[in-house]
Amino acid sequence: MLRRTLLASAALGLGLMAATSSLAAGMDKVKACFVYIGPIGDGGWTYQHHQGALAVQAAYGDKVEIAFQENVPESADAERVLTTMALGGCNIIFTTSFGYMDATNAIAAKFPDVKFEHATGFKRDSANVSTYNARFYEGRAVQGLIAGRMTKSNKIGYIGSFPIPEVIMGINSYYLNAKAVNPAVELSVVWAFTWFDPAKEADAAKALIDQGVDVIASHTDSTAPLAEAAKTNGAVIGFGQASDMSEYKDGPRVSSIIDNWAPYYVKRVGALLDGTYEQADAWEGIAGGEVEIGEITALVPAEVKAEAEALRDAIAAGTYHPFTGPINKQDGSAWLAAGATAPDGDLLGMGFFVEGIVGDIPQ
Amino acid sequence: MDFGSINPAVLIASLMVASVPIMLAALGELVAERAGVLNLGVEGMMIMGAVCGFIITIQTESAFAGFVGGALGGAVLSLFFAFLTQVLLANQVATGLALTMFGLGMSSLMGQGFNGLKPVQTPIVPLGPLADIPFFGRVLFAHDAMVYFSIAMAGLLWWVLKSTRIGLILRAVGESHEAAHALGYKVIRIRCAAIAFGGAMAGLGGAYVSLVRVPQWVDGITAGAGWIALAIVVFAAWKPWRVLIGAYLFGGITVLQLNLQVAGSWIPVEYLSMSPYLITILVLVIMSSGKGRAHNAPAALGQNFHASR
Repeated sequence: MLRRTLLASAALGLGLMAATSSLAAGMDKVKACFVYIGPIGDGGWTYQHHQGALAVQAAYGDKVEIAFQENVPESADAERVLTTMALGGCNIIFTTSFGYMDATNAIAAKFPDVKFEHATGFKRDSANVSTYNARFYEGRAVQGLIAGRMTKSNKIGYIGSFPIPEVIMGINSYYLNAKAVNPAVELSVVWAFTWFDPAKEADAAKALIDQGVDVIASHTDSTAPLAEAAKTNGAVIGFGQASDMSEYKDGPRVSSIIDNWAPYYVKRVGALLDGTYEQADAWEGIAGGEVEIGEITALVPAEVKAEAEALRDAIAAGTYHPFTGPINKQDGSAWLAAGATAPDGDLLGMGFFVEGIVGDIPQ
Repeated sequence: MDFGSINPAVLIASLMVASVPIMLAALGELVAERAGVLNLGVEGMMIMGAVCGFIITIQTESAFAGFVGGALGGAVLSLFFAFLTQVLLANQVATGLALTMFGLGMSSLMGQGFNGLKPVQTPIVPLGPLADIPFFGRVLFAHDAMVYFSIAMAGLLWWVLKSTRIGLILRAVGESHEAAHALGYKVIRIRCAAIAFGGAMAGLGGAYVSLVRVPQWVDGITAGAGWIALAIVVFAAWKPWRVLIGAYLFGGITVLQLNLQVAGSWIPVEYLSMSPYLITILVLVIMSSGKGRAHNAPAALGQNFHASR
């Protein structure tokens, strides 16, 4: 009993010391930890996050220690991993998938001295939880324009992962901007219900191709849809997702959305080091450099390329918003009036398709 | 429901391709289990086959060499399992699980530097005019050799297990290793051979994923296919032809549900997504119930053997 009390008070004392020192004047050394949904070699989402982690290491050298765990399921396992990391001396933990949201907030409440950063979520239940995201829908708008211009069958496809606002936002933006340049365009959505399963992603792409779709965008993490499109010898094109996927540049990949997390990671770890860290809710897009549009290849005609680049620049400059009214919801009810742009709150909670998309969103 | 836009010939052809990896792995595991060995490391052996096959295909630019390499990769990994469980008498369940984790990590290490490369295409078997027959040409005569190999293996294993001396000995070892030992059969040696065969088949299945189905290497590419293969062996009641049905059902419904989604079916996506698992289990359970032995597991499954006992 005595020993237990002793241990508890010692732990409390240590915790207090750590807390006061971190509040006072930054830290001498930060251990930054990353929780990944897939393997760092997925060539997409997780790969990009890991590039960000490596950038932190490169920026601060000895002052930073990096740790990460791959293939963490979005389940109770995530809580275990987070607890282990928090107990293992991590000062800041980046959880890099939407499904870690509840686990992140639950564990953050138990470890008030550890900073938690959750990607693509919206819950910040305690003061030590920050969220960060990128405006991927801006990149989807550019892809939509290219898809609308490039399709010959007027059928374009989208491989969705899970029916969450993040993904639905991308689908709507892709469709609206394809429709704007090609009113005849039809969109088919396939839900894969996975972030990473190359064989399933390839099957989904194959199903789309079998039914006449000739432009495929994907919201899953691997390069499998592009590999499937490559089998058609140029008949079907696609986009790099999350990472540039430049190895398919001479094939079906005509452009890409690149998630550039490095500036944010470097900034946040730096803030922790120099003591200026504060809770944040970051949502940057093309303008902030978090979303980059990968090189548009020669497969796209010059005038379409110019048009796409003009759209990208307009979004960056703030003169064009991918969701500009009038836009109706799928059921025909009004969402945005003419000229109005979508408020961030609507986007972050988006649970509906816009008018013109067929099929239901799984609930 | 709108089936109009789904071409049945294309659908059947793609389901045959989609089923190959789990079918090969399940057939291999079936042989091991009929010999009384429960190897839960199928996923690990598959992914080792996937990475070995991929690396060798990139180096030699030959898909055939890749498949041989994939089979070897799976077999070599399975020999670790054989050594641990058959010689050192380690627990089969724990060792099998460890084998999966080891395979996943090892493949990731070996695959460093191979991300994003493209293997040579595995050629379609040229069957000349047969491929031009309407419908059947597309369904039956326009595949790569592995599709035919997987079907042939299902038939061959059925025949070997049912009607040959080797099959009888294998089953004897799996049903009662003491009796087989008393008759003078080398239980450990036979089981090691069965494990290696299972590893080679799992490796082939993995190589099919990385060389044909997805044609690329990424970490974790098999994404759980090995576990499906394990389940299919059980639901197929350890019979090769039921493995074929199970694999085709699973592959078929996986492909069909994606096509239905594209075609805009009225069935909610959640039901479509779970359908491959649900229907495969249902059908195989119905098939293995009813008359006769519902419980068909080899009697000595998962038990280690030592001659001194």
